Amino acid sequence: MEQFATLIDALVYTRSRNEKLRLIAEYLRGTPDPDRGWALAALADGLDFPAVKSSTIRNLLKDRLDPVLWTLSRDFVGDTAETASLLWPPPLEDTERTPPTVSEAVDALTAMTRKSVLTELPELLDRLDPSGRYALLKLATGGMRIGVSSRLAKTALAQAFDVSVEDVEEYWHGLTAPYPELFAWAADGQAPPDIENLPTFRPFMLAHPLEETVVDMAQYAAEWKWDGIRVQLVRAGEETRVYSRSGDDISATFPELLEVLDFPAVLDGELLVRGAHQGGEAGGAASFNALQQRLGRKTVSKKMLAEYPAFVRLYDVLLHDGKDCRALPWEQRREQLEALMPRLPDSHFDLSEVVAADSFAQLATIREGARDDAIEGLMLKRRDSPYIAGRRVGYWYKWKRDPLLIDCVLMYAQRGSGKRSSFFSDYTFGCWNGDPDAGAELLPVGKAYSGFTDEELKKIDKHVRQNTTNRFGPVRETEKILVFEVAFDSVHESKRHKSGLAMRFPRIHRIRWDKPAHEADRIEALRALIRD
Amino acid sequence: MAAPFSWIRPEPHGIHIVPADCWVDPSKPVDRALVTHGHADHARGGHGQTVATPETLAIMDLRYNTREGATPVAYGETIRMPGGVDATYIPAGHVLGSAQILLEHAGEKVVVTGDYKRRPDPTCPPFEVTPCDIFITEATFGLPLFTHPPIAEEMRKLLDRLAAHPDRCVLVGAYALGKAQRVIAELRAAGHHQPIYLHGAMEKMCRLYEEHGVALGELRLVADHTKDDLRGHVVVCPPSALNDRWSRRLPEPITAMASGWMRVRQRARQRNVELPLVISDHADWGELTRTIEEVDAQENWITHGREEALLRWCQLHQRRARALALVGYEDEDD
Repeated sequence: MEQFATLIDALVYTRSRNEKLRLIAEYLRGTPDPDRGWALAALADGLDFPAVKSSTIRNLLKDRLDPVLWTLSRDFVGDTAETASLLWPPPLEDTERTPPTVSEAVDALTAMTRKSVLTELPELLDRLDPSGRYALLKLATGGMRIGVSSRLAKTALAQAFDVSVEDVEEYWHGLTAPYPELFAWAADGQAPPDIENLPTFRPFMLAHPLEETVVDMAQYAAEWKWDGIRVQLVRAGEETRVYSRSGDDISATFPELLEVLDFPAVLDGELLVRGAHQGGEAGGAASFNALQQRLGRKTVSKKMLAEYPAFVRLYDVLLHDGKDCRALPWEQRREQLEALMPRLPDSHFDLSEVVAADSFAQLATIREGARDDAIEGLMLKRRDSPYIAGRRVGYWYKWKRDPLLIDCVLMYAQRGSGKRSSFFSDYTFGCWNGDPDAGAELLPVGKAYSGFTDEELKKIDKHVRQNTTNRFGPVRETEKILVFEVAFDSVHESKRHKSGLAMRFPRIHRIRWDKPAHEADRIEALRALIRD
Repeated sequence: MAAPFSWIRPEPHGIHIVPADCWVDPSKPVDRALVTHGHADHARGGHGQTVATPETLAIMDLRYNTREGATPVAYGETIRMPGGVDATYIPAGHVLGSAQILLEHAGEKVVVTGDYKRRPDPTCPPFEVTPCDIFITEATFGLPLFTHPPIAEEMRKLLDRLAAHPDRCVLVGAYALGKAQRVIAELRAAGHHQPIYLHGAMEKMCRLYEEHGVALGELRLVADHTKDDLRGHVVVCPPSALNDRWSRRLPEPITAMASGWMRVRQRARQRNVELPLVISDHADWGELTRTIEEVDAQENWITHGREEALLRWCQLHQRRARALALVGYEDEDD
């Protein structure tokens, strides 16, 4: 655990990507199995121990420290694991102090129950110094949040043993921690893991925002960017699985899709729910709101299946019938996908149409005209682009619709976590429910955490601290004087806020230090922007 | 007779001593100011009369050209003010010249600490516990997670890193008044006798410290030297210069910052610090609570910083306390 803790601390304080890669690679080369496998899993995906949650740690600390002092400390640090590592009371002199190894710790954490965790986790913590406690608690509660992405961890593995990161990605999702087969292949030169007959996730190809780029329509094809969730449908070894963009297996949420693909394939598409909004070859889809009814469920009732039937609008094909198409140009993959359509039932599949445009200017006009709430914008795909995991410059672009804008007033602020810990970075803002000069009130309409620079964050943070009028636990109510121009993708009826409205993807567009609060927008103005 | 302690009033921009019509550490210009120490949040220019230790006045002269109306009071000395108020300046152990101010009126005693610490500091005399009725304490690091480690440990970390990278330099961000000189003096105490290189903004304050008898060893200005001269050396700059264009002239600097906030990893990350040095000129949680116990005042007033937690501690330990809402006291760089 000491080496792992040293690695974690070094990573926390390292800015350079190359240095991070070097640190992880060095650790992976110098650490035996299965410790390095667990460490890699923790860095890349985070481990999950059902008995150990943030709340478990919170409760352990509240028993050992005044709860109010705990809450104030946690609120300041913005990270439960770190706060606990700093506040854990030193153990008695005669306590066993040999630090556990990573795999000992993982075994112990795995064996813990909701009851035994209350005595067993403290025993582990007592054997570690503050850095060790931090590393253990981070490992125990999943996301490390130390500036290491899953991709970076895999690249480090590739670098450590001089293998290709694409191969690591390919095998990764077919294997489980602590990845003995992966290390046997990468470190010891044994045969690569066999994943051909496993329904494993292949990382998505992603797009860059178009921004100021102008593309030549002879080289690029355009498609609508549908407002559902991007999914990958995989069938191998007589089993079908549905994966979300992050590679999570969401098959149980969409059982209707597990019986309709009857040949081996990996397909990329947008998951949608039937409805009248989003056009397509075989009828439309409902708005994102309807799809939301289906998301995040572990089991699905018959009623749900009947009311909100899901289907996939296909974008691409990665593999089918034992053929790997990823190296082919997009145009050829598209032809193959079109040829596959007769084998895919209309009830659960349609094809994302190609938007015909002779010139970029014409495409811009088409994009302007698309006021359908369910279209997020356009996708531009270079006709010769292979299918490559991740974001590669120049191949795919997303060209989102211009956001809607509204002026709101800052009402409440809360401290952020991670990079923004201890800054007031989460804002709730409102619009007027009538004429502010005639006694109207502000009603909350949304929350935003992004859209401002670090410099702006510092200024808003200072504003919050100097204009606090009330405190509700971690939440500060502020003087209603600061106007935010808020950008958002769409607005819907909702019971979440008192105003009866909820925005999608609200973010701070501009901070209007100059604008008096009574000139901010009214609720009616926001309501008028509902499109469906 | 007036109500007890009605002669002293916390206002948003300072502590008002009513019968003397003067203010402690006012954040806006007033006719008469009692200043605890030279940091910008406590010492401002533009007062009619400024009462402070000679060292603090020298610092204020350097920073704000405060010469007119400067009234020096040495440690242990008492100055009588209008309205029957006596003010005595007592070492606070924070930076050169820093003082607590003991205010006495009608048999009632109030101590305003300004900023203070209880750890030894080669650049200023140590904090003295002074019995009083009301103790007005700072709370910059008023959360139980703040424990400043012994400074020798932090110096060791710095020197080890320097030794491991003879081709690079260690760039230490340190508050220009107090922290920088303390770090330099502690490096000397740890046996580091190489020249130490300074950002231009540090030079005058270091000279001022030396004139006041604080030996800092050989100091050189970065501006007078080439990149290669700096390899294997310590460079000290204000925190704001750490990620500034200025630092590009240095040989692959290892970015360090000397601050109590470095105890929290995310704070170090926010400032892109690679080598956090937990060094503060403020009292940590243990020092704050120990000081409240030792002073044992009837009442504690808590200001600038994390008042809520210290207030809670007082409540748990059956000590009377209230939080003051003074404007503008937030020391982000310490």
